[in-house]
Amino acid sequence: MLLDLWTIVLVSMGVVFFLAGTVGLLRFPDALSRLHALTKADNLGLGLVVIGLLPRLTGIADGAKMIFVWLLVMLSGACLAQLVAHLIRQSGDFKP
Amino acid sequence: MTAWLDSAALILLIGLAAWVVLGRNTFAAVAGFIAYGMLLGLVWVELQGIDVAMTEAAIGGGLTGALMIGAARRLKSAAPVAPATAGTLVIAIGVGAAMAAILAACVLALPNPAPSLASLVAGNIAATGVQNPITAVLLAFRSMDTLLEAVVLLLALIAVWSLAPDAEWPGRIGVPQTANPNGILAYIARVLPPIGLVIGFYIFWAGADQPGGKFQAATILAAMWLLIISAGLGKTPPVSSRWLRAGLIAGPIGFILVGAYGVASTGAFLGLPAAYAKPLIVTIEIALLPTLTLILALLIPPPLRKRAEA
Amino acid sequence: MTGATLHGLAAAILIGLGVFGLIAHASPLRKILAFNIVGSGVFLLAGALARRGAEAGFGGDPVLHAILITGIVVAFSATAMATAMLLRLRSVTDRTTLAETPPRHDADPPA
Repeated sequence: MLLDLWTIVLVSMGVVFFLAGTVGLLRFPDALSRLHALTKADNLGLGLVVIGLLPRLTGIADGAKMIFVWLLVMLSGACLAQLVAHLIRQSGDFKP
Repeated sequence: MTAWLDSAALILLIGLAAWVVLGRNTFAAVAGFIAYGMLLGLVWVELQGIDVAMTEAAIGGGLTGALMIGAARRLKSAAPVAPATAGTLVIAIGVGAAMAAILAACVLALPNPAPSLASLVAGNIAATGVQNPITAVLLAFRSMDTLLEAVVLLLALIAVWSLAPDAEWPGRIGVPQTANPNGILAYIARVLPPIGLVIGFYIFWAGADQPGGKFQAATILAAMWLLIISAGLGKTPPVSSRWLRAGLIAGPIGFILVGAYGVASTGAFLGLPAAYAKPLIVTIEIALLPTLTLILALLIPPPLRKRAEA
Repeated sequence: MTGATLHGLAAAILIGLGVFGLIAHASPLRKILAFNIVGSGVFLLAGALARRGAEAGFGGDPVLHAILITGIVVAFSATAMATAMLLRLRSVTDRTTLAETPPRHDADPPA
């Protein structure tokens, strides 16, 4: 019961971040803010979903794999955001 | 509940396919295609095909996406093509709708109970020594398909190579890239490949008994190699390189040798004697891994000019 | 209506959409994309068949799944070849369509 509550609360919080990120992606005015919205969904949203699901797993190895996936998504998300931001600045759309 | 989830994913999938097909902007269509591949991977999970889901996400989404982005970037400066005439559109709508309707009618008229080879696989999988039924089918029950597939990949690479301009032949494929050594691309090209190597070999090894296998592993390894090349930390080998050519034919040759051993030991090409079935399957997979990795990476069009410093 | 039927119907729509794009687009790159949509629709249709054939403790017919993996890889190699031909067409003729145009004398292929 307590476990269900933990999962429901944390996964819902994660979903809120995904929702906010998606809304930001669609509504924010310029490319850099849209990028900002997207990385929040990737990092925090996925992290909360992973933490919410952790107690449901049967083994330590499964949990470690899920946390590893989250870390990998954060690493690639952060690097890709920088690369895309670099392209935006080069293309001249960037207004400080 | 799952029916709702299934329907939502399928509606999203159809929406993305419509975006890819109907969108005006080619680059946006390519981006949509990558998202489509990822979502299709999720749908495959719903269909209980984890192995297919991994392959679709890695090759259908990721690798095909990389191929398409490269092509779209190079064709960006091309002259716009004339839009379709009204007549063509009418024909396209008619043929597309008729095709969808006929197939939908066929789906609704499928026989019950559905024919299946699942119990045959379940009854004979013990003889192969592997526990992942997909691997058993790929490398034991229908290994001829997999051998021919490796040959098809090799032929595709030869076909792509044979399209190279005379002036560039035989040389390195593509222009060596440079990137700012302190930039983010060089950073991730240093940090990610060791992790990718471990994950690739894990998925390769786990494929005998769990979802995974050589195709998914080879895609990850190929992606790591492409990352290193695009960051300028490594160069593509010249097409005349001996180790490259040895790697390209290692898979088919190893496969055929195991098949010939099958003639000697069981009297059938690609027959696997039960006592050595698992070691022979692993041998074929180890031989195929470098071939698949090299071919999948080299089929992506290489950059023709240097990228801007990043 | 079972889940697999739903997937089969979605696959039919995907194939229809892809065929439409294959005919309607003049640009070969868009044709290649549309053809990949057709291909994935065919794979999904086979996936629905495999799901219907679930028995003996498997979630789907493993023979079909294995053939689908082969199919995805072969489809990728065909896509790569089509793209390579398109890029070569561009670099030789500076055109990106297969439409008939009057022959040009200034665009001889390089020796």
